[in-house]
Amino acid sequence: MNRFAELLDRLAYEPGRNNKLRLITGYFREVGDPDRGYALAALTGALSFKHAKPGLIRDLIAARADPVLFGLSYDYVGDLSETVALMWPKAALAAHNNPPPPTLTEVVTTLRTLGKTEMPAQLARWLDELDETGRWALLKLVTGAMRIGISARLAKTAAAALGDKDPHDIELIWPGLSPPYLDLFAWLEGRGEKPVNRDPAPFRPVMLAHAIEEGDFAALDPADYIAEWKWDGIRVQAVAGRDDRGHITARLYSRTGEDITGSFPDLVPSLHLPGAIDGELLILREGRVQSFNVLQQRLNRKVVSPKLIKEFPIHLRAYDLLGDDENDLRELPFAERRERLETFVAKLDDPRIDLSPSVPFASWDALTAARANPASAGAGEDADAIEGVMLKRRDAPYLPGRPKGQWWKWKRDPHIIDAVLMYAQRGHGKRSSYYSDYTFGVWTETENGEELVPVGKAYFGFTDEELLQIDRFVRRNTTEKFGPVRHVVHEGDKGLVLEVAFEGLQRSPRHKSGVAMRFPRISRLRWDKPPREADRLETLERMLKAEPEEIEM
Amino acid sequence: MRPQDILLPTAAGLCCKPGAFHIDPVRPVERAVITHGHSDHARAGHGAALATQETLDMMRLRYGENFAGSTQAIRYGEEIRLGDVTIKFHPAGHVLGSAQVAVTAKDTCVVASGDYKDAPDPTCTPFELVPCDVFITEATFGLPVFRHGDASDEVKKLLASVALFPERAHLVGAYSLGKAQRVIALLRAAGYDAPIYLHGAMETITHYYQSRGIELGELRPAKGMKKAALAGTITLAPPSATSDLWTRRFPDPVTAFASGWMRVRARARQRGVELPLVISDHADWDGLTATIAATGAGEIWVTHGQEDALVHWCQSKGLKARPLDLVGYGDEEESETPIQGEAEA
Repeated sequence: MNRFAELLDRLAYEPGRNNKLRLITGYFREVGDPDRGYALAALTGALSFKHAKPGLIRDLIAARADPVLFGLSYDYVGDLSETVALMWPKAALAAHNNPPPPTLTEVVTTLRTLGKTEMPAQLARWLDELDETGRWALLKLVTGAMRIGISARLAKTAAAALGDKDPHDIELIWPGLSPPYLDLFAWLEGRGEKPVNRDPAPFRPVMLAHAIEEGDFAALDPADYIAEWKWDGIRVQAVAGRDDRGHITARLYSRTGEDITGSFPDLVPSLHLPGAIDGELLILREGRVQSFNVLQQRLNRKVVSPKLIKEFPIHLRAYDLLGDDENDLRELPFAERRERLETFVAKLDDPRIDLSPSVPFASWDALTAARANPASAGAGEDADAIEGVMLKRRDAPYLPGRPKGQWWKWKRDPHIIDAVLMYAQRGHGKRSSYYSDYTFGVWTETENGEELVPVGKAYFGFTDEELLQIDRFVRRNTTEKFGPVRHVVHEGDKGLVLEVAFEGLQRSPRHKSGVAMRFPRISRLRWDKPPREADRLETLERMLKAEPEEIEM
Repeated sequence: MRPQDILLPTAAGLCCKPGAFHIDPVRPVERAVITHGHSDHARAGHGAALATQETLDMMRLRYGENFAGSTQAIRYGEEIRLGDVTIKFHPAGHVLGSAQVAVTAKDTCVVASGDYKDAPDPTCTPFELVPCDVFITEATFGLPVFRHGDASDEVKKLLASVALFPERAHLVGAYSLGKAQRVIALLRAAGYDAPIYLHGAMETITHYYQSRGIELGELRPAKGMKKAALAGTITLAPPSATSDLWTRRFPDPVTAFASGWMRVRARARQRGVELPLVISDHADWDGLTATIAATGAGEIWVTHGQEDALVHWCQSKGLKARPLDLVGYGDEEESETPIQGEAEA
């Protein structure tokens, strides 16, 4: 447990993805079975046991520490698990009598079967045996609050690196595996066969598209491609399969393979035929696709209430078929899969699932016109929910990852405004010596006359060279410092204008300006433009009116 | 004699009227008795300064020759009469030359411990327990969450990280007086014998340690090194430098920070530290409480830090205790700014 705790501790501070991977892979290499398997389960969120309540932890420390000292300490540290881990008194046992600290395996397997009444005494024993970091990790684990910035995907990628395997291969077999993953590690280390996925509804690693650039078209023949709308929803994989007894199991996965079925129970009955659909999750009201803003209100809800289901009717718009009953279609060319998909969707005959239409075009010019005006090119009323077009090679098999030259995404031009840099903040990790987080604003008329009001924050979009330039500008034009934040000069004729691109706008009472941008990034530095010529809040308000109306919850 | 007639907190610092001196005064005074060389305790401009030779040397290095009207060096164990009191210096184990000052008038002994630690440190004389009637203790880490553990384990953590990331540079933020040299000595004790690199602001004081016979192995300035040549190396720098422009000369640096504050995660994260090393030159909670009990003092005065918790603890043990409201002392972290011109060195 102490070694696992050390890993969690280190991961909690490490900002870099590659470094995180190396730390985790290093752990898998160093630690044997079954401990590392339970660690993988903990990192991927695959452990299940009844979590301890914070009240229980408080009672444990109350029996061992002066309440005043605990109160002062908790105030200072600000985190219950950490406070208790740090101030837990050293066990009074004689040194030669000390039991060894528990292994991760022991903790996990014990927690699975432990009764509620036995929990306090067991926890106290472990806390006596572990060191500070061990106690912290244990408390995080038992309270179910392990937030260390590791995705399940990252943990699997780290495991794959152990055997120089493709992480997609692990995704593929993952649903059939269970902790402590002895068969997986045996395969990764070349000691065993590749585990077989017996899951009736497994996830298949997704295929992704490259963003197309102006210059790419010259080398492409329109005849080789099929175009379809790029919907502004959530990419999902809807899989249904028969288990041993012939019953249908249906699951919905995110593009990273996370099982999100629980958030969309209303879609499950529609997945009544065995197969694997690649498509977009959307909200449809009276047959009309709603904006991403609306969809967002259905996401990340702890409880999916009947009211939520009714007000945000979920819909799947299908654009690819990866499996049809028992058959794996991924090796087939896209044009053929598309035909199979049309048949499959027709057979499903379900109002919640429809086909994403192809966009006919004969030349790149015709497609450009369609992209500029989807409403006139067949998208009709749904045009607002379209963020561009997708181009897919007719002969492309379904390949995991982002293979070159197979799929292209061609987004509509994003919204663009010119804003003025107002504040800059240091970045994290590699960027901690740079001012790389920028708050920008636009002009508005206030009782004090013309003023800049902040409308957003961006920390990417610029090149490394541009970052150096902005950093230099910030350092030379700071008017005030508040901790890590620098107040950068922003007056009518002094300051830096940033061209900011963003995907959408939302009303936001939390922002002083009343609007919030979706996905803002710096698209250009306008050294040439005096700040007074930057955009005004009214421009954003006009754009907001053009956005589809939001529903109050 | 009542203890408050011997030592009294004043705006300038702890004042001994019968002896006509101040201990670690924060303003210029006639006669100053100085416990150790950190800038919040050892300031320039006093009429006369009494301290250990090492402390006087460090003040000279920082402030120049004329940092005080006159100076007098005192050895550990040496007793000096000042007015109606006698004072005696005892090792405090905090940094090289650090001392506790025992002030005795008639039959009452008050010990002003300055900053101290009871943990082993290869770069200074170990803390000595001085029985007394009143013990004046610091409380920098005066909360039971601060338990610092073995510093050599933290250094192992650093070496494990260097082994795991051989293509990256490791930057260790450490106060330039005391902590940096202790970390270097611990690295040597752990068997690390490669050259260790120094930020410009640390060179003078580190070379002074070496001149006093502290073995630190081969040290090199980081300045002028090629970026690629710093892969796999360890560099010591003042904490403020580890998040500034200066770091850009290092290949993909791992930022470490050696401090007792690193015990608390939020503190470490706030500073953008990737590898917190819990190494402290102050006594931790267990050290403070054990020392207080062992002095046999019936009355405890608590200064700079988490006074409330320590005063509460003393009272719960039946000791008379009160916080001394002295201002101007704190963690060196806040007061340490690299010397101008060396900031980018």
